[in-house]
Amino acid sequence: MDLAYTPRQKAFREEVRAWLAANLPREPLASYDTREGFEQHREWERKLFDARLSMVIWPEALGGRGCDLIEWLIFEEEYYGAGAPMRVNQNGQLLLGPTLIEFGTEAQKARFLPRMASSEDMWAQGWSEPNAGSDMAAITSKAILSADGTHYVVNGQKTWSTRASFADWLFGLFRSDPGSSRHHGLSYLAVPLDAPGVTIRPIQALNGKQAFAEIFFDDVKVPVENRIGDEGQGWHVAMATAGFERGLLLRSPARFQYTARKLVELYKANREVADRDPSIRDAVIEAWTGTEAYALSAYHTVGRLAKGARIGAEASTNKIYWSELDLKMHETAMRILGPFAELTGDAPEAVEAARWLDGFLFAQAGPIYAGTNEIQRNIIAERMLGLPK
Amino acid sequence: MDFTFTDDQLTFREAVSRFLMTEAAPERLREIWDTDTGRSPELRKNIAEQGLTALSVPEDCGGLGMDDVAWALMTQELGYYALPDSLADAAYVAAGLITALPAGTASREEWLARIAEGSIRIAVGHPVNPLVADANPANLLLLADGDAVHAVPREQVEVEANPSIDLSRRLARVRWTPATATLIADGETGRALWAQTLNRGVLSAAGQLLGLAQRMLDLSVDYVAQRKQFGKPIGSFQAVKHHLADVATKIEFAKPVLYRAAYALAHGEAGADARVSHAKLACGEAAWLAARHGIQVHGAMGYTWEVDLQMFMKRAWALDASWGDRGFHKARVANAILVEGAALGPGQTFEE
Ligand SMILES: Cc1cc2nc3c(=O)[nH]c(=O)nc-3n(C[C@H](O)[C@H](O)[C@H](O)COP(=O)(O)OP(=O)(O)OC[C@H]3O[C@@H](n4cnc5c(N)ncnc54)[C@H](O)[C@@H]3O)c2cc1C
Repeated sequence: MDLAYTPRQKAFREEVRAWLAANLPREPLASYDTREGFEQHREWERKLFDARLSMVIWPEALGGRGCDLIEWLIFEEEYYGAGAPMRVNQNGQLLLGPTLIEFGTEAQKARFLPRMASSEDMWAQGWSEPNAGSDMAAITSKAILSADGTHYVVNGQKTWSTRASFADWLFGLFRSDPGSSRHHGLSYLAVPLDAPGVTIRPIQALNGKQAFAEIFFDDVKVPVENRIGDEGQGWHVAMATAGFERGLLLRSPARFQYTARKLVELYKANREVADRDPSIRDAVIEAWTGTEAYALSAYHTVGRLAKGARIGAEASTNKIYWSELDLKMHETAMRILGPFAELTGDAPEAVEAARWLDGFLFAQAGPIYAGTNEIQRNIIAERMLGLPK
Repeated sequence: MDFTFTDDQLTFREAVSRFLMTEAAPERLREIWDTDTGRSPELRKNIAEQGLTALSVPEDCGGLGMDDVAWALMTQELGYYALPDSLADAAYVAAGLITALPAGTASREEWLARIAEGSIRIAVGHPVNPLVADANPANLLLLADGDAVHAVPREQVEVEANPSIDLSRRLARVRWTPATATLIADGETGRALWAQTLNRGVLSAAGQLLGLAQRMLDLSVDYVAQRKQFGKPIGSFQAVKHHLADVATKIEFAKPVLYRAAYALAHGEAGADARVSHAKLACGEAAWLAARHGIQVHGAMGYTWEVDLQMFMKRAWALDASWGDRGFHKARVANAILVEGAALGPGQTFEE
């Protein structure tokens, strides 16, 4: 155990800090759940990419910088510590990206990854269907290979697809063997969202914005080179993606540590009111202990990965942990804000309350998306503790 | 930057675990619980033969000079087996205090040598603990009189036993009169020694609590996999699974907190108090939940003396408020984070 950063790591931190100080947008960007905000974010991500700070852990040839995971954590600390914008292309960069690196052909990597890193291509994730939520193996959307073997014909419907209203591409699972059931006979495809036969219907989320959408496929032609992994092996590939989603990459600790810091500031500024309920102080302390524990766990995991370990079912403990932590911190902020907590961004007296309200609303979804926490508990019990099905 | 243990450290842990698996098997634990003294000279002898009493004694005094980081692993094993011996108090907490005395202090070298060979039992009476664990069988007691540290022979104190729910934890009220003959440090030195001793005691309790949590989880997993109701193992029922998944999650996120605290202590970091308190809170909560859910999934069986779980639950309940209760530790964390200019947020997890 050696908890000192190396000179190289320190230099990297300095570089990122300096770059952010010089380049952070002066005004907060509009919400990426609006067309305008989405494009503003695209522009910001392009800027990050030009500085080779978009996907720091990817190899340089793919538009990254070849950083190790400690450096990635450092990047995230500087990024969120500076209050930089949330990343808009997470589905692509954090889920499909690593999947392609592991399962994609060389041609697919060259074609998709650099454009993903620069956010020229924004990606949506197409797994859920109206009758395949937690039970994802119940997928019925079909992708049937044409007689000449050049393309799939896709029919069916996906739902809850984050930011699909504005995205350029979708990756998803489709039933390519019509006689198959459950997790057999599925293929993993990349589908351009402007292809003929694709219809997108935005769904308003709790915050009134177009946070996700349903997508209808009507005889959509998808070239066979857009299949990631082997025919019928989609489930296997998707499980790897799910591992990335729940595990380390999707939710770096820095984002939550930033929230904890803000919460401590909020508490200190409102202490007179907050201390009327002693449990609030407890919850503020827990915001720090909880986020520190999460950060420590990430550093511990990264160290183990560097020594050749692989993340197993314990990734599911991560998912439960960050989603509950985030929810708890936002609930606490709402309690501190009291009668101002309900104010939206338009309210003249909202000051920072509206930001907490936005975060509070989004935190409600944490225990649901990326596999509900109930499903994660099942996974922990069965695969980590070995309990019977 | 590498926040993991070396292979040597992990191998050592394995070896300790294998040793305790037989030496402190549940049957042995029960036997020792039933004795009057609650201590087994034979067990202590075997522990000493393994060199475990010598672990944190400096190398020039016949020990291995092991640091707090290695003890973070060791104490987990002591907890996992609910070792019915005050090994950690003597070989880690007391040894640390005595080692920190200036070389040449009367008896320092002699005590360290005796700790290393396992021929002395030392009880630590830190002011944060109103009762002293293992005061009766101890040969020597380290006691506080304000900031002053006294090393008092057992004959010079009066001891009144206060039985604990955990029969292998022997607590006592100690009455004694400070004398210059027993004084080993005072003033600023004494204050610093007690502060460091407190952190070691807390870390030791935290590590044991985490080990206990893991043991209770393992016992519960074994039980629910074999106990059948409605024609299936109860471990296949979701409510049961979710109880145990929550325990596993708590344990998973308490571990690195313990390790970070140990490192802070070993390196004398400015923020060590808060780190150590955080560890105690996290490990205590994990153990508390492992006990509650453990007994629940055992059903009525869990409410009996017969089932092994009870010994580990009791140790966990007992340790949770020793070396400072949750309020004490929350206050120490609050002192670090709710003050002006506190360094928190992204990038503050490690000291630069
Ligand atoms: C903000 C947000 C963004 C999302 N983005 C995407 C996206 O980009 N792409 C995508 O494909 N999907 C996305 N989803 C969908 C998400 O993956 C699903 O909502 C999730 O998998 C749960 O499915 P469901 O909503 O159908 O709930 P259901 O499966 O109907 O579950 C309802 C409740 O029943 C519980 N339940 C169901 N089965 C079990 C079981 N076996 N044991 C115990 N409890 C059970 C669940 O835990 C939940 O509490 C998103 C969802 C949200 C909220």
